[in-house]
Amino acid sequence: MFQILHDVNIDWLRHRRWFIGASVVLMLAGLGSAVIRQATGRQPFNLGVDFKGGTVVTARFRQKPSDDAIRNALTEKGARDAVVQPVTDRPDTVLIKVPLEGEGQDGRKKVKDALNTFGAESAPGTELEADQNAAYKIIGTDAVGAVAGAQLRNKAIAVTLAALVGILVYIAFRFEWTYGAAAVIAVFHDVLVTLGFFSIFQWEISLTVIAALLTLVGFSVNDTIVVFDRIRENRKLHRRDSLYKVTNDSINQTLSRTVIANGLVFLSVFALVLFGGDVLRHFSLALFVGVIFGTYSSIAVASPIMVWWEQRLEAANREMALSFNQPRVMKATGTAKSAKRSLRDASKPLH
Amino acid sequence: MKKKNLLTRVIIIAIVTVVGIYLVIGPRHRPSLKDFTWSGIKQTLKSNIHLGLDLQGGSHLVMRVKTEEYLKRLTEENYTAAQNAAKDAGFEIKGGQANASPGNYRVALQLADPSKATEVKEAVQKKIELGDSNVWSYASSGDTISWTMTQSAQRTLSDNATTQALNIIDSRINALGIAEPTLQTHGAQSSHQILLQMPGVQDPERVKRILQGESRLELVHVISPPSPAPHTTYATEAEAIASLGSAGTVPPNRRVLPYQERNDKTADANDPNQQKPKQWVVVELPAIIDGSELRNASAIPAQGGRADDYEINFSLKKAGAEKFGAWTGSHINEYMGVVLNGEVKSIAYIRSQIFDSGQITGRFTKQSAEDLALTLRSGALPAPIEYLEERTVGPSLGQDSIRAGVRASLVGLALVVVFMLFYYRGSGVNAVVALLLNMILMLAGLIVFGATLTLPGIAGIILTIGMAVDSNVLIFERIREELRSGKTVPSAVDLGFDRAFITIIDTHVTTIISSLFLFVFGTGPIRGFAVTLVIGLLINLFSAVYVSRTIFIWLLSRKKMETLSI
Repeated sequence: MFQILHDVNIDWLRHRRWFIGASVVLMLAGLGSAVIRQATGRQPFNLGVDFKGGTVVTARFRQKPSDDAIRNALTEKGARDAVVQPVTDRPDTVLIKVPLEGEGQDGRKKVKDALNTFGAESAPGTELEADQNAAYKIIGTDAVGAVAGAQLRNKAIAVTLAALVGILVYIAFRFEWTYGAAAVIAVFHDVLVTLGFFSIFQWEISLTVIAALLTLVGFSVNDTIVVFDRIRENRKLHRRDSLYKVTNDSINQTLSRTVIANGLVFLSVFALVLFGGDVLRHFSLALFVGVIFGTYSSIAVASPIMVWWEQRLEAANREMALSFNQPRVMKATGTAKSAKRSLRDASKPLH
Repeated sequence: MKKKNLLTRVIIIAIVTVVGIYLVIGPRHRPSLKDFTWSGIKQTLKSNIHLGLDLQGGSHLVMRVKTEEYLKRLTEENYTAAQNAAKDAGFEIKGGQANASPGNYRVALQLADPSKATEVKEAVQKKIELGDSNVWSYASSGDTISWTMTQSAQRTLSDNATTQALNIIDSRINALGIAEPTLQTHGAQSSHQILLQMPGVQDPERVKRILQGESRLELVHVISPPSPAPHTTYATEAEAIASLGSAGTVPPNRRVLPYQERNDKTADANDPNQQKPKQWVVVELPAIIDGSELRNASAIPAQGGRADDYEINFSLKKAGAEKFGAWTGSHINEYMGVVLNGEVKSIAYIRSQIFDSGQITGRFTKQSAEDLALTLRSGALPAPIEYLEERTVGPSLGQDSIRAGVRASLVGLALVVVFMLFYYRGSGVNAVVALLLNMILMLAGLIVFGATLTLPGIAGIILTIGMAVDSNVLIFERIREELRSGKTVPSAVDLGFDRAFITIIDTHVTTIISSLFLFVFGTGPIRGFAVTLVIGLLINLFSAVYVSRTIFIWLLSRKKMETLSI
């Protein structure tokens, strides 16, 4: 039997301050990047046309002119702030991004005018290869107006928050609300850190990146649940152990699974980054970052927060139990389950 | 485990697998031998799996019906009608106004004699729509009486306008002969948006223009001395208004409209040598008849013009023709104008009584004349539309995406397979079988639900690979743990599956919850992603748990096992 990481015995919770500290630093770095960019008049996030509005034209050339030549042609035709972006896996293809302009302005037409200075576009319905007289062909366009952009943006935020609430409710139902809250905080942390990366490196945020963020939400919760499930099971099996010990044991017991499974997801995401092409690039990058921090957060964020929270609840319950000397009253705070548990743990030190 | 139990399991799995494989590669017609050759299977795959626009190529348009313009026009029309109704009944109106701003539509009349308010109100309401108290709520203060459109009427009227626009767009799309279009309302109901998807359409410019054509046709009386005097035109709008002699305002029964002979042939619309300067004319309100009376419209070569000039011939329905005949009969030698979308296109004098047909002249090209005739036939849009979102993908870009997606999936799959075989040995085979079955059933699921495979959908497949293998890892790690704690092989397998199953359910449900939100509230490509992920995860419960366990049961039933290759 070939194995990695069995019988590990690491006291994860002992390092919780470091973990949480590191997370806070990461989150602040991303947030700082966004705030500083905003304050200095730059864009906090590189929003794609999906959210900002504008036009992206994908053009394929028989003989691609230099990016500068294309840029100059665009400026000449009135598309002043256009961005010309090469496509890494197709050297004959460029993306031309024209920011949103006033009503009645047609970004696509301007790009067409500019490209026509390099030769004719292939006739409608014919591929570039088939038309010998053609110099280029527009193979894709995305044009999003300001209204649609704002609408897509609001929708993306609303859907993400709704999904988080849905997850919180499910975990609260299956476990306890402290577990649910801890898991959601961890997920929120992952989303913030990932967004931070997008701000720092100015990766473009498009609709598919939002899909990636939501996948990441599912993925991170997934990971947290595996640990929480083990904690729940171990609490039943080892009633005498403290929550602190049970949590550490549970993380250690699931560690090999965590490393293997997440390693494999990481591998398939890595395949996406390498082979998924430019269209999926930022989607893949979001997942790439997300998988790393999703794994980290279930061990280093979700578990410590859950333990800290439960301990506080138990401490509060115990105080009440002592002052009233009447166990029933304890149901008034926390859940019935945690009240029962606090009875059990009342005579023991916390860890 | 009992033998009988194993047999049932194997039969269920065999049936599901065979059905799944046939769903994916089997043709939907009576299969022939040719369908099972490599190229035959490729062909069938293509027709079975519904590809999204981003993979197969096509156009995606989101438009908004400007319903506020519709309500504004309605308000203005009612204002004019109210003034006329009051004057016809013999009341003096000092002034008034039509207010139209989004959310607030109001018609107000200022009376010369405030004591007559009730009488004026009744005279107006008897004659025109303002009498419908469900739509207009009446109020009076001082010398002003007013009607305000209720919020619920604004909603209903806007919704109706959107539905009407949708129907008109539908008939225009059909007339254009676009294959397999998807046309539906989009977003929240109050957003009045329409989504149109046209697979295979690479250059949507013409379609866009045709859909946007409001095509509000009116035939109007042009205020001018009769022929043979030339019809009166004015150089500026102010000049035209001044001619009305009512202190810089336009009386309610008149309109001042721009007049420009259409010339689609001019390459540069701003070239003064080619384009006649814009002029203004005064016309009578209401129009003689409008586009709703049209029976047919068609493009014909212009008579007497150059060989490649076109004009539009139209004919009227019976009721419209009678109205038109009566009017033209009593206005011989006077001038009549054809107004399209609030712009006078041509003016001609009436030589003799005309009943049911007419022409829109101007120098149209064949294409522009045909497009205009098409939009006239389909009816006028109740309100203008604007494009919010336009996405076009050419087939070559789609091909690139498919290639990249398939390549990434295969590489991901290969990495996972190699690792599982290396790390879990014999049991790794088990996981790989489950994984491959998952892939096949996932495609089958997409086909059964008629779901669309998009580029993010392919990403969803890759993610499913990752999550599917996670289930196997959970189970196998658990079995290893049980084995380490000294359990026998059969009980370790049983315990491993039972314990891991709880976790698998929890992880799957949470991911499905977030995917469902994506599916219900997400847009276009994101929904494609959610669909594959949800289908993949549901199938995974079958493949990674049920199928994988069956393989273990089968292994254990063959001989008494002391060790397990895991």
